[in-house]
Amino acid sequence: MTARILLVLLSLLALQAVPGTGRAQVFEPTTFFLDNGMQVVVVENRRAPIVTHMVWYRAGAADEPPGKSGIAHFLEHLMFKATRSMAAGEFSRTVARNGGRDNAFTSWDYTAYHQSVARDRLGLVMRMEADRMANLVLTDEVVATERDVILEERRQVVENVPGARLREQMAAALFLNHPYGRPIIGWEHEIRGLTRADAEAWYRRWYAPNNAVLVVAGDVSPDEVRRLAEQHYGPIPRREVPERARPAEPSPQAARRVTLRDARVRQPSLVRTYLAPSARRGESQHVSALEVLADIASGQAGRFHRALVLERKLATSVSVSYNPDAFDLSTFSFSVAARPGVAIEDVERALDEEIAAMLREGVAEEEVERTKARVRDSTVLSRDSLGTAPRAIGADLMTGATIEEIESWPQRIGAVTAAQVAAAARAVLQEERGVTGFLLPRPRT
Amino acid sequence: MIRRLLLLAACALLLLAAPRAGAMQIERVVSPGGIVAWLVQDRTLPLMSLQFRFRGGTVGEGVGGQGAARLAVDMLDEGAGDLDATAFARALQEHSISLSVGASADSIQGSLRVLDAHRARGAELLRLALVAPRFDADALERVRTRTLAGLQRQQEDPRSILREAFGRLAWGEHPYGQGAEAEIASVRGATVEAMRGFLARRMARDNLVVGAVGNIDAAALGALLDQVFGGLPARAAAYGVPEARPAIDAERVVVIRRPAPQALVLSGAPGMKRDDPDWFAAQLVNYVLGGGGFNSRLMTEMREKRGLTYGVSTSYQALDRGALVLASFSTDNARAGEAVDLLRAQWRRMGEEGPGEQELEDAKAYMTGAFALSLDSSSAVAGLLVTLQNEGLGMDYLSRRDSLIRGVTIEDARRVARRMHGGPGFLTVVVGEPAGVRGEGG
Repeated sequence: MTARILLVLLSLLALQAVPGTGRAQVFEPTTFFLDNGMQVVVVENRRAPIVTHMVWYRAGAADEPPGKSGIAHFLEHLMFKATRSMAAGEFSRTVARNGGRDNAFTSWDYTAYHQSVARDRLGLVMRMEADRMANLVLTDEVVATERDVILEERRQVVENVPGARLREQMAAALFLNHPYGRPIIGWEHEIRGLTRADAEAWYRRWYAPNNAVLVVAGDVSPDEVRRLAEQHYGPIPRREVPERARPAEPSPQAARRVTLRDARVRQPSLVRTYLAPSARRGESQHVSALEVLADIASGQAGRFHRALVLERKLATSVSVSYNPDAFDLSTFSFSVAARPGVAIEDVERALDEEIAAMLREGVAEEEVERTKARVRDSTVLSRDSLGTAPRAIGADLMTGATIEEIESWPQRIGAVTAAQVAAAARAVLQEERGVTGFLLPRPRT
Repeated sequence: MIRRLLLLAACALLLLAAPRAGAMQIERVVSPGGIVAWLVQDRTLPLMSLQFRFRGGTVGEGVGGQGAARLAVDMLDEGAGDLDATAFARALQEHSISLSVGASADSIQGSLRVLDAHRARGAELLRLALVAPRFDADALERVRTRTLAGLQRQQEDPRSILREAFGRLAWGEHPYGQGAEAEIASVRGATVEAMRGFLARRMARDNLVVGAVGNIDAAALGALLDQVFGGLPARAAAYGVPEARPAIDAERVVVIRRPAPQALVLSGAPGMKRDDPDWFAAQLVNYVLGGGGFNSRLMTEMREKRGLTYGVSTSYQALDRGALVLASFSTDNARAGEAVDLLRAQWRRMGEEGPGEQELEDAKAYMTGAFALSLDSSSAVAGLLVTLQNEGLGMDYLSRRDSLIRGVTIEDARRVARRMHGGPGFLTVVVGEPAGVRGEGG
């Protein structure tokens, strides 16, 4: 994910649900549609006199035409320029003058714009957001300058970070046919070729109310949001928007290996990434079990940390991750940093042995139960940070989930058995589904 | 915790949890054992966040001892009481307890966030970490190895090289200016005895500041304070850290040549400490120059008009014994000369002219309005309670803050801009292969 400006914070978002008895709900949102097809979701939360306003578009880097990588993110930057009624930069300046904050971000599956403001400024940000949904005005000059900004962004967050360069190469190796193999920010040579015409074509193709979801969370009622949304977004006419149809992945046939050497690397490390199902693609029946598996495998008390760091003393850190929120296929990953003096081949062999042992022995019912308890706790804890709800709902809706599916997540996790976890691991952790990336030192000459 | 959702890099969603900032009800709680905490009760969720700070940090150990001090604090949650490192980690994980501790130059800080159902367990684990850390040999060896690997990585990382070089030039021999090499030596040589000595000197009841937020009343918090902190020594050792005056008294540019696709730049001058009467005027001026996100002068000149950088920002580094005001950005090596010149020109212009009246009003509107947005969780509010006490800002600070900001006049702002940006000192360090930058080698 890449954003208009970098405030490098990795935030692990967890879900929230209503504690207590009966069938747990997650966010208890209210949802409805405007006449022009724009979906609206409201999460009422009266803890503070503030609202967060987000507009999500079902258009991301994976929807870009070949040769135009980076155009989704480029347009995200350009959305802060002029409209028919506002000058370039006036959007953010107005938000700040009203004591608010704003930003935007782009992923493979969506582009989102958001502001946090005092509750009485909701109409103001809605008016401006609706304005730029329909009235953006680009010039060659702002496009040229912003292209330079994005090239600097790419140098800063990719070229200058060996691990980021490796991840880019690994994604390209993992996805043989699907555009998830292209970086969100775009390949440098293609960014250089992006034009005002490309940006305008992208904007016309995807930026329509019927391709957007409005999410408002905070100190506001669904009725107030409906009234304001009808006033500001309602007049924008519905337009024909194409189906999101990306090329599908072929069945993987061969394990792949990618090695990146950089003089500034001191501690060799490896990342193993497997192609995995998401809720919409691949063997979707394994999704909840894979979420449980990732939780069992990770953490300081998890089995891979215990084996590779504590017992065998081959690594200084291990992390395991799985993210089912993708419109198309997803990934399941292990990252391991070698202990100084340990050969990376030995680390890889040990990782393979531990994966094999897990596939052979499965996981204990008790491990699964502990994960379920943590999930129940996390649904309460995540309410403590109120930004979670609009982000989670937006990302889920953009990747194909329904509100009902979002709300029933705790039940799905609660139904997972140890046998299902073992079956999911066997389905995904197969050699030919994986790419192994090595980040190694290169002695300076 | 299951990562159901994307690892979201970025883009501050600085949301909403703020209990109404102006109306936030702060209570001063004194435990039966005499430990003080500030409390904001919040019944909306069955959980509690506790944040604490021991005044005085690693710089008290001098250049030779800072690495060992940091390692000592990192060992607190690596096994305590009857629990070895794995058992301790499992106890936290199984009860969804977030517990962290860390040392910085000026303090040792920690936090605990726990659901009501696991509160007793959380308090006990924190107590053990503070008063009964084990320093098991295998855990120590593992954490030492990890720490050394991280420090060695820093020695190759352009951003770390930049920070370290700037710190060395600005702080000289003061331990604030210590780099990775001294830190590595200190970590390598750290003995259990020395580390326990540091903890005994610096973690005590008389240098402790605590903030708590959540579903807990004063009586329950009092009992918890005694349980967690009651076993600590009554008094911390003397803390004789000298004042550090930044050695930046002329214009100076230092270039450190390293192969890199971008030039990284850090510039700065002597700053202002938090207790300075002109603090808010300085923060407003800073907002106008480079603190104001997309709307600052530097972002407008360098990013919006010229595409020189993805981001440029300025900020105050206000430490207990000294302060800097800093500007940082990265840019294409080929355009580095232009960018460095532009930054210097804007810095000097702020020193000569100060902010405009409209700019000052915009800064006030933002700083008063957006404050509540940053109190986005119980932990954030607990952190604020610690800061208020640590800085001596008073319990009525939240009701005074807006008028302190609004009371800054244009004359105040211009005077402070001259003081911060109009002095002779302006140090710039560049790491990379910059073209068009004239400077000394580093």
